[in-house]
Amino acid sequence: MEVKNLRVKSMKNEDFNNNDYLEKYVEELHKGGVNVAIGVLDDVINWGRSHSVWPLTFATSCCGIEFMCVGAARADFARFGWEVTRNSPRQADVIFVAGTIVYKMAPVLKRLYDQMAEPKYVIAIGGCAISGGPFKDSYNVVQGVDKIIPVDVYVPGCPSRPNAMLYGMMQMERKIKLESFFKLPKKPIITKEEEIRAQIDEESKDVKTSK
Amino acid sequence: MLELTGIINWIHETLMANIPASWLVSLIEYVLIGAGFLALYAVLALILIYFERRICAFFQCRLGPNRVGPFGVFQVIADMVKILLKEIISVKHIDKVLFYSAFFIVIMGSFLTFGGLQFARGVHGADFNIGVFYLLAVSSISIVGVLIAGWASNNKYALIGSMRAGAQVISYELSAGLSLLTMVILAGSMNLSTIIEEQADAWFIFQAPIPVLIALVIYLIAGHAETNRGPFDLPEAESELTAGYHTEYSGIQFGFFYLAEYVNLFIIAAIATIVFLGGWQPFHIVGADGFNAVMDYIPTWAWFFGKAFALIFLSLWVRWSFPRLRIDQLLHLEWKILLPFGLFNLVLMAVWVIIFK
Amino acid sequence: MKTIKDIISAVAPGVAIEEAQYPTVTLDPDKVRGVAAKLKEEGFDYLISLTGMDYGDKLGVIYHLSSSANEHKQDVIVLKTSTADRENPLLYTVCDLFKSADLYEREVFDFFGIRFINHPDMRRIFLRSDWKGFPFRKDDDPSVNAVPCTNVTPSDLENVPSITIDSDGNVTEKDKMLFGNNEYVVNFGPQHPATHGVLHLRVSLDGEIVKKIDPNFGYIHRGIEKMSEKLTYPQILPYTERLDYLSGSINRHAMCMCVEKAAGFEVPQRAQYVRCILDELTRIASHLLGWGCMCMDMGAITAFIYGMRDREHIMDIFEESAGGRLMTGYSVIGGLAQDVHPNFVNRVKEFIPYMRKMLKEYHILFTGNPIAANRMHGIGWLTKEEAVALGTTGPTGRASGWSCDVRKIAPYAAYDKIKFNEILRNTDTLKGDTFDRYYIRLDEVLESLNIIEQLVNNLPDDGFRAKVPPIIKLPAGEYHQRVENARGDFDVFISSDGNKNPYRVKFRSPCMTLISALDPLCRNEKIADLIMIGGSLDYVIPCADR
Repeated sequence: MEVKNLRVKSMKNEDFNNNDYLEKYVEELHKGGVNVAIGVLDDVINWGRSHSVWPLTFATSCCGIEFMCVGAARADFARFGWEVTRNSPRQADVIFVAGTIVYKMAPVLKRLYDQMAEPKYVIAIGGCAISGGPFKDSYNVVQGVDKIIPVDVYVPGCPSRPNAMLYGMMQMERKIKLESFFKLPKKPIITKEEEIRAQIDEESKDVKTSK
Repeated sequence: MLELTGIINWIHETLMANIPASWLVSLIEYVLIGAGFLALYAVLALILIYFERRICAFFQCRLGPNRVGPFGVFQVIADMVKILLKEIISVKHIDKVLFYSAFFIVIMGSFLTFGGLQFARGVHGADFNIGVFYLLAVSSISIVGVLIAGWASNNKYALIGSMRAGAQVISYELSAGLSLLTMVILAGSMNLSTIIEEQADAWFIFQAPIPVLIALVIYLIAGHAETNRGPFDLPEAESELTAGYHTEYSGIQFGFFYLAEYVNLFIIAAIATIVFLGGWQPFHIVGADGFNAVMDYIPTWAWFFGKAFALIFLSLWVRWSFPRLRIDQLLHLEWKILLPFGLFNLVLMAVWVIIFK
Repeated sequence: MKTIKDIISAVAPGVAIEEAQYPTVTLDPDKVRGVAAKLKEEGFDYLISLTGMDYGDKLGVIYHLSSSANEHKQDVIVLKTSTADRENPLLYTVCDLFKSADLYEREVFDFFGIRFINHPDMRRIFLRSDWKGFPFRKDDDPSVNAVPCTNVTPSDLENVPSITIDSDGNVTEKDKMLFGNNEYVVNFGPQHPATHGVLHLRVSLDGEIVKKIDPNFGYIHRGIEKMSEKLTYPQILPYTERLDYLSGSINRHAMCMCVEKAAGFEVPQRAQYVRCILDELTRIASHLLGWGCMCMDMGAITAFIYGMRDREHIMDIFEESAGGRLMTGYSVIGGLAQDVHPNFVNRVKEFIPYMRKMLKEYHILFTGNPIAANRMHGIGWLTKEEAVALGTTGPTGRASGWSCDVRKIAPYAAYDKIKFNEILRNTDTLKGDTFDRYYIRLDEVLESLNIIEQLVNNLPDDGFRAKVPPIIKLPAGEYHQRVENARGDFDVFISSDGNKNPYRVKFRSPCMTLISALDPLCRNEKIADLIMIGGSLDYVIPCADR
C-alpha cells in the first residue's frame, strides 16, 4: 500500500509531516511483493486496529492534565474512538507516556508496558517523555522514555497542547494503517530503538555475568 | 406485513417439503435457531455499545465516535476486529482451568437467557410453563463466572471486585425475584406467552398501576445493580479497583466480559418489557378501535425493541448522572429499603388481585 | 499581647535573636526540641516548613514556625540548628510535637543524610532505597546511579529503620516491619486512576475496611530544588509552574515576589493586579478540576467532563494573553512578560456571570444528589487541631475551621486593596468532613469570582513591567515568601550567597502534608472512602515530590 492512499477523515495526506518516514517504512515492509489476499486482509486488520486504539489511563505530571483535556468536551478524542480508556494495562492498546519519568518510576513504566497485550503502542507526550525536557540536568529524571520502552510517536510540547495530541494520535493511526500483520520487517527501521534495545540487552548480559 | 412469523413459517415449510426425515428438519432448525441467537447476541451487543457511547457523549456535551463510517457506526466493528486479534496474555500463578472458563460461564449465563425471551409475536426459543422462573435462574449464572474470574486471577483488585459482585448480585437477586413474583400474582402464570397475552388489552402497568409501578421501579433498580453498571458498578469500580474482576483478562477474554455486560443490560430491559410493559404487545386503548388498528400496523418486534431500548436509555441516563454507591450503602439500600418495599408490594398486589379481579 | 521577642527570650533565655526577615534563633542540636516544645505551648503550633541546609562545613536544618491562633497568625519564627559531623550527622526529631515534621524530616534525611533521633521511620522518601549518596549535599555526585530497568521490590517497602538514643548517649539502630505477615496489603498506585498522579499507597485492608495507609512518594521526584541551585533566578521561574501545575501561575507569582522583595524591585500596580487576576483564575481552574476529579473518583464521570468544559474558558483567557494554556509563563521578575491582550478585560467580565451560572448547575447535578450527599457526609473527619498539627492548609484546613488563608494573613500583591472574605466552614465545631472539603471549593470559586470582579474593574494603567537589571543578583541572606495557592500555603525559601544563582531553594509544598493526612482520615473507613477522601484533599503529586 502506498502512503498516498492513507485515508484519515478530513485531513489530507500532504497536511501531515513525516510522510517520507512512512514511505520508507512501507518500502521496507513490501520488499519482495505482497500477496493480494494477504494485502486485503492486512487492510481489514489495520483498519480495525487503527480505529480502535484504547489508551491506558496513565499520566505522571502536567501533560496528564492536557491529556484529560483531550478526553473532555472540547477536543474529545471519542470522535476517533479512543475514549475507551482502560485502567488495566492488559486491555489497553496504547500507553500515553504523559509526563516526566524518574528513576523510581522507570521500572514501573517498563512493567506496565510489559503487561500490555500485543499489539501495543507508545506515544511519548511532552518534552520530559521525549528527552527529559526541562529536567535534562536533573539527577533523577530518565532522559527520554525511549531509553526504557520503544516509542512510536513523539508529541512535543511542555505540556503538549490537546490539538498536538490529536495530531499525534492521527499519526499513530496512519502508522498502524501501514502495518503488516503477516509480514514483519526483517530489520526495524527505527535505528535509535534498535540501538537502545541492544544496549539494554548488553546491560542485562553484564548483570548476568557479574552475578 | 413486517412480522417475522411469516419468515419463520416459510423456513419451516420449505424444510418440511424438501427434507423427508422430520428429525433432520428439527436438527436443522435447532442449529438455525442457535445461529440466529448467536447473531442476535453479537449484533445487539455491538448496537448497545455504539448506543451507549453516543448517548454518553450526548450527556457529556461531547460528540462521541463519528469518524469511522457515517456517524461512527462502524466504530464498534473496528473495536471487534481489533479485540479479536489482540494477544491473549497467559498470566502466571493463576488457576488455569477456572481462569479460562470464567468468561464462558458469564457468556453462557446471558446467552441462555435469550432462549427464554419472546422477541415478537411467535418469535421465541422455547416457551416454558415456568418462563419467569427460568429467566431468573439462568440470568444468575453469570455471577458464578464473575466470582470465578476474580478468584482465579490471583489479583487482589480482582478478588475484591468479585467479592463485591457476589455480595451485590446475590442481594439484589432477591428484590428482582420478588418484584417478578408480584407480577406473577397479577398474571396468574409463569408462562411468558400467557403473561404477554394477558396484556393484549392493556399492559400490566395500566392494569394495576400502583403495585406494578412499585414493582417496576424495584425491578429496574435491582436489575441495574445486577448488571454491575451505573451507580452500582462497584465490582469494576474504575476509580477504585482499576478494572475489578476482569483486571487480568486481555484480548477476546476481556471482550467476552465486555459483551456480556452490555447484553445483560439488554436482558434486564427485555425482561422488564415483557413482564411490566406488555412485551411485544402494541399499545392499545380499550374501545378506541381505530387507534388500536393503527398501533397494530407497527410490527411487534419493533414494539418489543422500542420498549427495551427506552428502558436501556433510562438505565444509561442513570448511569451517567449518578456517583457510585459505597458497599454498605448498597447493601443498606437492598436489605432495608427495597426488600421490605418488595414484600409489602407483594401483599399489596395480592390484595389488589383479590379486590379488582 | 506579648511580642515575638518576649516569647523567644522567655523560651530560650540567653540566646541572641537575629533580626532578618523574621526573628531568627540559632540553637545547639540538643536544645531545639525543648525550645520548639515551649514555643508550641505559647501558640506556635504550625510548623510551616523544615529546610535542610548544607553550609559546606556543616549540615543543618531550618525550622519555620507559625501559629494557628489569631494573635500570632502573621508571625513567623525561624529556628536554626546544625551539626558539624558530615559522616554520621544526627539531629533530634520534632515529629512528636508537629506531626507534619514526620515527612519533612524524612525528606531532609533523603536529601542530606541527616538522621533524626527518635524518628520512628527513617526510610528514604523520594529516592529509591538503593540510591547511592545524598543528592542535595554540595559534594555529592549523583551520576553513579544508573537508570534502573529491572523490577526489584525496593526494600524500603517493608523495612522501617529508626534510630534512638538513651539517657547515657548510647545510639541504637533498629529495623521493624511496616506491615505484619497476616495483613492484607493492597497497592494503590503508582499507576492507578484515582491517585491523581503517581502516588503509591500501600493499604492494609480488613475486607473493605482500611486499616493503615503507607504513602510512598518519589515516583515523580525531579529534584527541582537541586536543579535550581545551578540556575539563575529567571531560569527557575518555569520550574515553579511545573511543581503544582494546577496552580502554576500562583507558584510563579510566589517566586517572582520573593526575588523582587529581596532585590528591592518596585512592581507596577497594573502587573500586580493582573497577577492577582491570573492567580484567581488559576485557582478557579484548579478547583474545577479538583471538583471534577473528586466527582470522578466517586463514579460520576459526567461531572468531571462538565468541570473540564468550563475550565477551557479559563484556558482561553490565558492563551489569549499569555500564549500558554496550562503553563502561562506570564509573570516575570519585575512584572509581566507582556501586557494583557485588548480582549482580556472583556473576556474576564464575560466569564464571571457564566461561571456563576455554571456553579448553580454543579450544585444541582452533584451537591444535591442524594447518593453523593450520603457518601460525603460524616466521612473523613478532620479536626482543626489535627489539621494544624499536620499542616494541612488551604481549603482542607479552612473546611475544619482553621483560618489559614495567606491572602488574609500576610496580604501580597493587590490582595490588601480589595474586599473579600476568607471562606471558612465549621468555625464553631472546629472539625470538617468530606462534604465540607467538597463544598468549600465551590464556595471559593464564587469568592474568587468576586475578587476578580473587583480587580478587573479597577485595572490601573502604570505599565506592566519594571526595569530590572539583566543579571539579577540577590544580596546574601535568606528570603521567604508565602502565597496561598489552590491547595494551601505555598512558600518559597531562597538562601542566597550574593551570586546570580541561589545557594539553596526550598519550596514548601502544601500537597505533601495533604497526603500525610490520608492515613488518619481514612482509618476504619471503606476503600471507596479512601478514594473519595483522596479526591477531597485534592493533592497534586508532582508538587509533593518536587
